[in-house]
Amino acid sequence: MISFNALVAVCLSYVALLFIVAFVAERRASAGKFGWLRSPLIYTLSLSVYCTAWTFYGAVGYAARSGLEFVTIYLGPTLMLIGWWWVLRKLVRIGKTQRITSIADLISSRYGKSNALGVIVTLMAVIGTTPYIALQLQSVTLSFAVFSSTTAHSWELPDQNATALWVAAGLALFTVLFGTRNLDANERHHGVVTAIALESVVKLVALLSVGVFVVWGIGGGLTAMADQIAASPIAESTFQPGRWIGLTAISAAAIIALPRMFQVLVVENADEHHLSTASWAFPLYLFLMSLFVVPIAVIGLATQPAGTNPDFFVLSVPLSHGREGLATLAFLGGFSSATSMVIVAAIALSTMVSNHIVMPLWLNLSARGGASMSGDVRNLVLRSRRFSIAGVLALGYFYFRLTGGSEALAKIGLISFTGVAQVLPALLGGLFWRGATKRGAVVGLLLGFSIWAYTLFLPSFGPDGIMNASLLADGPYGIGWLRPEGLFGVDGLDPLVHAMFWSLSLNSFAFFAISLSGFPTPMERLQGAQFVNVFEHSTAARGWAQGTAEAEDLLIMSQRILGPEEAQALFHNAAENQGQKGYLPDITPAFMETLERELSGSVGGATAHAMIGQIVGRSSVSVEDLLAVADETAQMLEYSNQLEAKSEELSRTARQLREANEKLTALSIQKDSFLSQISHELRTPMTSIRAFSEILMDGGNDMSPEDLTKYSTIIHEEAIRLTRLLDDLLDLSVMENGQVTINIQPGSLNALIERAIAATGSLDGRGKIRILRDRGNEDLPLMTDTDRLSQVFINLITNAQKYCDAADPELRIRVRRAGAMATVDFIDNGSGIPKKSQNIIFEKFARLSDRNSAGSAGLGLAICREIMARLGGDITYLPGQGGAAFRVTLPVADRAQAAQ
Amino acid sequence: MKPPSRPLFLARQNYHARRVMDAARLLPVLGLFLMLMPLLWQSDGGARSLGGQLVYLFGLWALLILAAYLLSGRLSRADDDLNSASKPAPTEFNHEAPDDQL
Repeated sequence: MISFNALVAVCLSYVALLFIVAFVAERRASAGKFGWLRSPLIYTLSLSVYCTAWTFYGAVGYAARSGLEFVTIYLGPTLMLIGWWWVLRKLVRIGKTQRITSIADLISSRYGKSNALGVIVTLMAVIGTTPYIALQLQSVTLSFAVFSSTTAHSWELPDQNATALWVAAGLALFTVLFGTRNLDANERHHGVVTAIALESVVKLVALLSVGVFVVWGIGGGLTAMADQIAASPIAESTFQPGRWIGLTAISAAAIIALPRMFQVLVVENADEHHLSTASWAFPLYLFLMSLFVVPIAVIGLATQPAGTNPDFFVLSVPLSHGREGLATLAFLGGFSSATSMVIVAAIALSTMVSNHIVMPLWLNLSARGGASMSGDVRNLVLRSRRFSIAGVLALGYFYFRLTGGSEALAKIGLISFTGVAQVLPALLGGLFWRGATKRGAVVGLLLGFSIWAYTLFLPSFGPDGIMNASLLADGPYGIGWLRPEGLFGVDGLDPLVHAMFWSLSLNSFAFFAISLSGFPTPMERLQGAQFVNVFEHSTAARGWAQGTAEAEDLLIMSQRILGPEEAQALFHNAAENQGQKGYLPDITPAFMETLERELSGSVGGATAHAMIGQIVGRSSVSVEDLLAVADETAQMLEYSNQLEAKSEELSRTARQLREANEKLTALSIQKDSFLSQISHELRTPMTSIRAFSEILMDGGNDMSPEDLTKYSTIIHEEAIRLTRLLDDLLDLSVMENGQVTINIQPGSLNALIERAIAATGSLDGRGKIRILRDRGNEDLPLMTDTDRLSQVFINLITNAQKYCDAADPELRIRVRRAGAMATVDFIDNGSGIPKKSQNIIFEKFARLSDRNSAGSAGLGLAICREIMARLGGDITYLPGQGGAAFRVTLPVADRAQAAQ
Repeated sequence: MKPPSRPLFLARQNYHARRVMDAARLLPVLGLFLMLMPLLWQSDGGARSLGGQLVYLFGLWALLILAAYLLSGRLSRADDDLNSASKPAPTEFNHEAPDDQL
């Protein structure tokens, strides 16, 4: 049978193990061998400080009393962690960039490094956490009691208060030893975190072991267990929607608002990527922790005698089955849960108390000497932290003595959750809303906290506690509307949901309303922008105007907080970066910003700001400074926009130049080819003229008259061809230069087409091509140069005669009127013009092949195009008509005009 | 003066990175919705068995953890992708069907 002394011995050796683990971890860390100390696994396990003795023991009791509702305490954090992309990621990033040391520091830094807010949040945290620490002490002492009463040889239980005192003192010693080794909260407490990770493993193993024992050892396997669960009185409990939703929400809030959770989640976070692992690993941990809660509760209710405290089924069930080893393991699990919570909470609270209450007080007291007087402040800070730890534990102990361990465990836990959740509006508002102001935060926090105290915390002491029974029943002075548990006539709600509803809603409304109505100080706006937009600018906007401080004063002050070596290294680096030698850099705003951030890692944002402010001698930043920064940014933006516009303009000009150059090159090539073409065209007839005239010269009188006639005819024809070519050239050149005179006269399209067909000899069949017309449409009046227009028509008809390669060539002339314009299409049934040549047929000398080309210089279509341009129309190639097709577009005159 | 604007269209990789982030944001909302389901079942008056509710809640919990596990790796990669890709101008809608765009 396990004796009290044996149990104490187990406890002590476990504590000794924790000391050794913490010591080894610190040694490794100080030797620079971080390795697994900074692994995501350790981070995740350290998060499980969420699972206190309240959840370790209390969850089973909770399940025995109200069924499944206990899971809400785990589901809330699960939602928060799987939704880490929303809030936690931003929180951790801000914690890193701003070197946040606690939740009070976060709120205070966000709202313009206000110390008042730091004090408020610190006090709230202390008030909200003290009962929770008392709860842990109580659970340890009660678990001793369970051992004493359940074992067969029950031993005399020593004084519970003495047990609690010993536990509190031991925890204070551990926390002081490993929690205040260094000043910089951002340097992390590796020893503590590693010990806590170990404790998490013990918790999990203990609870799982008890669970496995209960299901397979007592319950008889899964199916038998399922039957027992169905038959258990727990199955009759129903969901209370208000509590279900409210508890999920409040426990989700707790994971960021509880000081100890903030400590492990944000302050002790070594790497943002660890959060990504924790996002699934921590919910998994919670899942495993609650997996066997219902079976243990069911078996406990079934096997334990009536009147057994269901909160300690985890211990009493194995004990009553004679499994003392298992019970001892469970006891260690509960002990771990209690101690890890107390240690982390004490560290978090002591940091807050020393940074937001002790340091500002000291600064005020020593204001005469100024912050620059010599002497080491570090000892002061560390000492204040050690005293704070002892003080926090003492408070917890006294609370424990005061309440006498009377209440159900779960109740205190939820009351505490609701209290710390009051920072939620200010916290979330500060993270996501730049309009949140300090005044709003202060009013919201105070209001929410007062309502919490009035409706939940004070009534929790019972009718004979701080509030008397008549006040609880009838309200103050008999005003029913102000009854603590039925505020504003809202009766019938569960007291917890009632308090949660009123405190959080009025807190939020006050926070938003006051924030909307005021105008924040420059420092608040600066910090607000940095918090809300933490992912956008990684470098901070500067909070200090050009300083008048002496570098030496700043160095003296920094040495006292950071220690001589670190401070000198910081100053030396800064000087080096500015290109100077020695330890005294120029006091630029950027340097002051860096220095302040370093200091705030040790003493909190508000204190660091105030200390630098004392040396600089004036408040840091004014509205004008902020606006100047904004102006500078705007100017930069404008400048860069202008540059962009200029560069766009330049590239546009370059493109135009390139295009012009290409056109010029093309023109030059065209000119060259024009010259070579024209020489060729002129040379061919010239050659034959010269040859035949030489024959005539040489032949003299020997030639027959027939030959004479023949040769002179050839010469004549070639000369005509030459003349025609030159005429065409002249024509084209005249038209291109715009010197042509257009002789406008009335006419009719019908007559013009008639004339053109007659001129090409197609009427009497000499033209070898059949012409199909639609005379019905041709009757259109024209006001145009009829000679020029018929020249175009003749050209097109001649082309068809020449180039249509169909066996039975025919040409369709189709006329259509479209508004003020008429289109005349000339479509033959030949093979048409290949696509690649369609662009060039209107160019000079564009002859597609030499076939049938006698007497043509390739100028016809070029001339046609010029003529049509002069006449206000156009000529284009019309693809897709089953042959070569040209469309002539020309303006139509109205009849009255044509009749004149 | 226009502010430096975010790109209108993204290449496939960045597009997927954004969607992974959306999924990560949606997951807790979905989880909350499903966690409130037992309240609706109860509202019809018919009591459900405790065992059934246990299996539902713990099954849902396990699925959420699995989903968070699957997302966490992708999220880290997606974050790195977006951070590394934010320096060079993001490619315009290239080579993909229109539904590849934001």
